[in-house]
Amino acid sequence: MKKKIATILLLAIISLQVYNIYAIQRFPKPEFESGHTQPPTVTPDPRAQALDILDTFVLVAALSVVTWLVIKKRSRKGVFWMSVFAVLYFGFFREGCICSVGSLQNITLALFNPEYSIPLTAIAFFILPIVYTLFFGRTFCAGVCPLGTLQDIFALKPMSIKTWLEKVLGIIPFIYLGLAILYAATSTDFIICRYDPFVGFFRFDATFMMFSIGGVLLLTGIFIARPYCRFLCPYGALLNLVSRFSKKHITITPTECIQCRLCEDSCPFEAIDKPVLLKEKEERPIAVRRFLMYTIIIPVLILIGGYTGSQFHENLASVNTKVRLANELLNETNYGETEQEAFEITAFKAAGQSKEELYNEVAAIIKKFYIGGWILGGFIGLVFGLTLVSLTIFKYREDYTPNKGTCLSCARCVDYCPVLPEVKTELQ
Amino acid sequence: MAKKEKKKDLNRRAFIDRGFRFSIGLGLTGLGVGLYKRSRAKEYVWQLDPAKCIQCGRCATSCIMTPSAVKCFHVYDMCGYCDLCGGYFRPEAKNLTTAAENQLCPTAAIERKFIEEPFFEYHIIEELCIGCAKCVKGCGAFGNGSLQLQVNHRLCVDCNECSIARDCPADAFERVSIDSPYIFAGFSKEENKS
Repeated sequence: MKKKIATILLLAIISLQVYNIYAIQRFPKPEFESGHTQPPTVTPDPRAQALDILDTFVLVAALSVVTWLVIKKRSRKGVFWMSVFAVLYFGFFREGCICSVGSLQNITLALFNPEYSIPLTAIAFFILPIVYTLFFGRTFCAGVCPLGTLQDIFALKPMSIKTWLEKVLGIIPFIYLGLAILYAATSTDFIICRYDPFVGFFRFDATFMMFSIGGVLLLTGIFIARPYCRFLCPYGALLNLVSRFSKKHITITPTECIQCRLCEDSCPFEAIDKPVLLKEKEERPIAVRRFLMYTIIIPVLILIGGYTGSQFHENLASVNTKVRLANELLNETNYGETEQEAFEITAFKAAGQSKEELYNEVAAIIKKFYIGGWILGGFIGLVFGLTLVSLTIFKYREDYTPNKGTCLSCARCVDYCPVLPEVKTELQ
Repeated sequence: MAKKEKKKDLNRRAFIDRGFRFSIGLGLTGLGVGLYKRSRAKEYVWQLDPAKCIQCGRCATSCIMTPSAVKCFHVYDMCGYCDLCGGYFRPEAKNLTTAAENQLCPTAAIERKFIEEPFFEYHIIEELCIGCAKCVKGCGAFGNGSLQLQVNHRLCVDCNECSIARDCPADAFERVSIDSPYIFAGFSKEENKS
């Protein structure tokens, strides 16, 4: 018993001393004679967690309503008002964060970096729109995504662009997707968030560069509808692929197409496939030969792409802050500063890590980028190959149908179709 | 004949579509379940560790908010209530008065109040503070280090990736549990070194 008390006392004294070590101050806190009471340090509370759950709930509700408006009600007006709601809620109220487009980086980071624990809302924001797309097409793009709907409101005078140009520009989202995954997987940066052109508008606060890029995109969007969605958005690239296998999808006509051609120019995104006549059907041997040629070309493109990507791995890695630091230390460039030591170098010295440790760490990161460069390059090669193949494939169509991949389910074309749903019942 | 062929073709396409749909669905479920295990039930928020901070001043400029969501916090428990406050006065201040030319803070966000001889109390006026860390540096260099930079969670919108964290040269930003959203360094940097 006595021993116990003694140890407790000893512990207490030691802990007091530990406390003292920490509490040694140059100027000890005074004891006031006037009876002044010291005010507390104010620490404002963070936003309540319940609101994150509300965000997920609003996402599900908005997706359901837009899907119902597109598939069942076929109402462009409804979709328009839902997109206004999305811009107001997900854009201006929630200030554009978190969004589904950016969430794909959280998913990648969580897959590659076990130390990162992903928020549940990020998982929900990534998976739910894909699930909806899998069943109903890209209704998320139509009226829920704040980036897309903001541009949609600006699409006032859409013009058509050349097919080849559209196909070439259509490859960019996949390259962007590959880069975003590479940088998220190596825990380097979230480039989608960094170069989000519209989040600055939602927050009324943008750097001059991002404000100009966003402004240019919105102004071009008046003539070339939704340029970010079609030619940049990496999440849109994913939804494009998924949407091709969607169970249901918006149709231009409620019943049967009468080939009136009224809807032909109605789509601002040129996502309406025109009928291809059967007489254009080519000889079978030619088609077979072409197919064989492409099966050879695609692996070759993947190899070329992969090799090129791996050659650029050091350039890709130089974005990483640690790689940059090692570079500046090695070359003694001091981040281009001449007057004083760069903050990064001061901080590095203060942290007490040796240069060798840093270089070893950086070597491991660069190795990751080498592998990543191969995969990224190969992926880009594959996308190029598949785009080439898709340009030569003819699907024989009799009617005007929305292209399931590129159609954003905005329901504009529906208003152009003169066929009424009642006609069917009359005929029967 | 032609019609029959077409029907078969359509069926085949429908079959392929269904196959793809099924496998994408399966993949998504797998991804969701796998990630759920790694997810966190508790929310995390961004915060900076004052022990790592080198007072470079980027908090004032890198935040997506203007003025920054990072503010100076005064840990009164550590304050020495000095008359000659390193966080309040410029090093070359002529006299210890509240005159503007003597103040270190570029926005005059620190309020100096006489308590009793020889003690003064300092308050941060949050609305004026821009998070430039000038006072933090001064207090850390000449005083107890009771002025510390912290993310003010009433202002922080908790970006997916904090833009200050990206620019922070000292890697001082981290995600902390929402239950203890503030980190105060209990001792000044100089003493930590010695």
